[in-house]
Amino acid sequence: MSSDTSEGGAGRLALFLCLSVVVLTLAVAAATAIGDYNIALRTVFLSVTNKLGLTGAEIAPIEQSVVWNLRLSRALVAALAGAGLAICGAILQALLRNALAEPFVLGVSAGASTGAVCVIVLGIGAGSLSLSLGAFAGAFAAFTLVALLSNGATSGPNHTILAGVAASQLFNALTSYIVTTSGNAQQARDVMFWLLGSFGGVRWPDFQLLLVVVIVSLAICIWMARSLDAFTFGDEDAAALGVPVGRIRLVLFGVTALLTATIVSMVGAIGFVGLVVPHAARYVVGPLHLRLLPACAVVGAVFMVIADIVSRVIATQQTVPIGVVTALVGVPFFAVILYRARPQT
Amino acid sequence: MSIVAENLSWGVRRKTIVSDVSLTVAPGETLGLIGPNGSGKSSLLRLLAGLRRPASGRVEINGRDIAQVPRKALSRQVAFVQQSAATDTNVTVADVVRLGRTPHRSALAGWSEADEAAVAEALDRVGMTSRRKQAWQTLSGGERQRVHIARGLAQAPQVMFLDEPTNHLDIHHQIEILRMVRDLELTSIIALHDLNLAAMFCDRIVVLQSGAVCACGTPEAVLTQQTLRDVFRVSAHIDGSADAGRPHIRFSAG
Ligand SMILES: Nc1ncnc2c1ncn2[C@@H]1O[C@H](COP(=O)(O)OP(=O)(O)O)[C@@H](O)[C@H]1O
Ligand SMILES: [Mg+2]
Repeated sequence: MSSDTSEGGAGRLALFLCLSVVVLTLAVAAATAIGDYNIALRTVFLSVTNKLGLTGAEIAPIEQSVVWNLRLSRALVAALAGAGLAICGAILQALLRNALAEPFVLGVSAGASTGAVCVIVLGIGAGSLSLSLGAFAGAFAAFTLVALLSNGATSGPNHTILAGVAASQLFNALTSYIVTTSGNAQQARDVMFWLLGSFGGVRWPDFQLLLVVVIVSLAICIWMARSLDAFTFGDEDAAALGVPVGRIRLVLFGVTALLTATIVSMVGAIGFVGLVVPHAARYVVGPLHLRLLPACAVVGAVFMVIADIVSRVIATQQTVPIGVVTALVGVPFFAVILYRARPQT
Repeated sequence: MSIVAENLSWGVRRKTIVSDVSLTVAPGETLGLIGPNGSGKSSLLRLLAGLRRPASGRVEINGRDIAQVPRKALSRQVAFVQQSAATDTNVTVADVVRLGRTPHRSALAGWSEADEAAVAEALDRVGMTSRRKQAWQTLSGGERQRVHIARGLAQAPQVMFLDEPTNHLDIHHQIEILRMVRDLELTSIIALHDLNLAAMFCDRIVVLQSGAVCACGTPEAVLTQQTLRDVFRVSAHIDGSADAGRPHIRFSAG
């Protein structure tokens, strides 16, 4: 193996991933320590090791509880959501060969919001579980509609994006219609807030579910990473390279839909991560998916955990919706990448 | 490997684009496919390479119906160099040529010595070794074409389909590439625009008109004043002298 091949340089990727994991650990620790009521990092560490049965340090039960029951689960769900959305973005950008592709461009968030509104306003079902289920069903419905409109996304990248735009418009209109005709001001506010995303209500069971979904999805995507590379010059070219195009498409769109719908149903529609993280990761590790996908996962995780910290400290006594923060933090960062990656003419 | 096509037809909606094409290519042969714009050369190549399913008829490569061969197994034997490839992804020349190894690798297999050797040789064959780290986006049209041919070679195929591979190439590389393809130990079918190049490098030539074969045979037999006038609507003088069996066409300005 020569060292100048992009396939080689595995050492560099490993170094990058290790560094990212260290940064991720620090970010999660910081997210657990920082809040309305700051907790010392040492206490955070000991609470966790206490819970895992490694130490038996004396810690105030309230701090122990805040660390374990509220903040750590929240930080870890944020990390998984960031990883999942970034992976979805990378997959869709490769399959659709469009730099703008991400789950929400394909109408998923609009569908999820319609589903959520049906639950909040029309009161179909009740309780937080059914809100999640409503969002999940809505997200899936939107994805299916886009898949049908674009002929299984085989009608070309722009066609699929257009189908996504059409689906978004349709579901947004439905949401507005339901809210204005049968909702009240408070419900409209609830919906709006939910849509912009929040990690507020998440607990350990959410983490466990999301962990399984993210790991399985990432494994499937990595298994198909070589095939994704073959899509570089289009579907027909991928077929000429021996890729079973129809099957890969079906599986990967399915995985993306499932992963996005799961995330949206837990924490709302957090935009921008799926769009910006793959571009940032590509800039560092290159376009080959065997390296890009793990890189997206860790970068997305770090990005989301930091965005969550910012959302809690940016305004006193208030939690700014996470979707607002991802855009506020992400856009300047994205601008730098766009600027540095501009074609040299 | 031999290629046999029997009564291939394909079309979209009411329009027939390839109609009832039958042809046979012997192992190691270089077959030229000529015809005016829109005569169905690209469509026929896709059918032969198994990238499109014919409405009727069948294609056999080495005696096996390609509709029965799994995609991956087929692309270990058959390479297809498309007419104009494009991408927005920021890939290097070496990345593109490495894609040619896709059918030979399992999902997570590492990059082997054999893979590296195939890529290095392919790049060398098209004279792009010194550019392996250059961004594909920054190549000229002819260089991109050569990189795609290299990718096809890295696939280590026994059959190669090339769709107008000499477009964008300077005259040196047109001759160089066609000579290389002819001299390779593989069966090739090449769609070509330049009739003189077809005459120089092909063992046999098939002339397509409106999706149907209207002449098939040695360059000498096919490239007649009559065919040129009927199919290509040009008047020309044909010189047989320079190279035995390789006619040379001089078009007259009319
Ligand atoms: N997918 C398609 N839909 C409609 N028409 C097509 C399609 N593919 C090819 N054609 C038409 O079929 C004819 C043959 O096309 P093609 O095989 O690309 O010709 P050539 O390569 O000889 O120039 C053209 O008139 C083209 O417009
Ligand atoms: Mg053509």
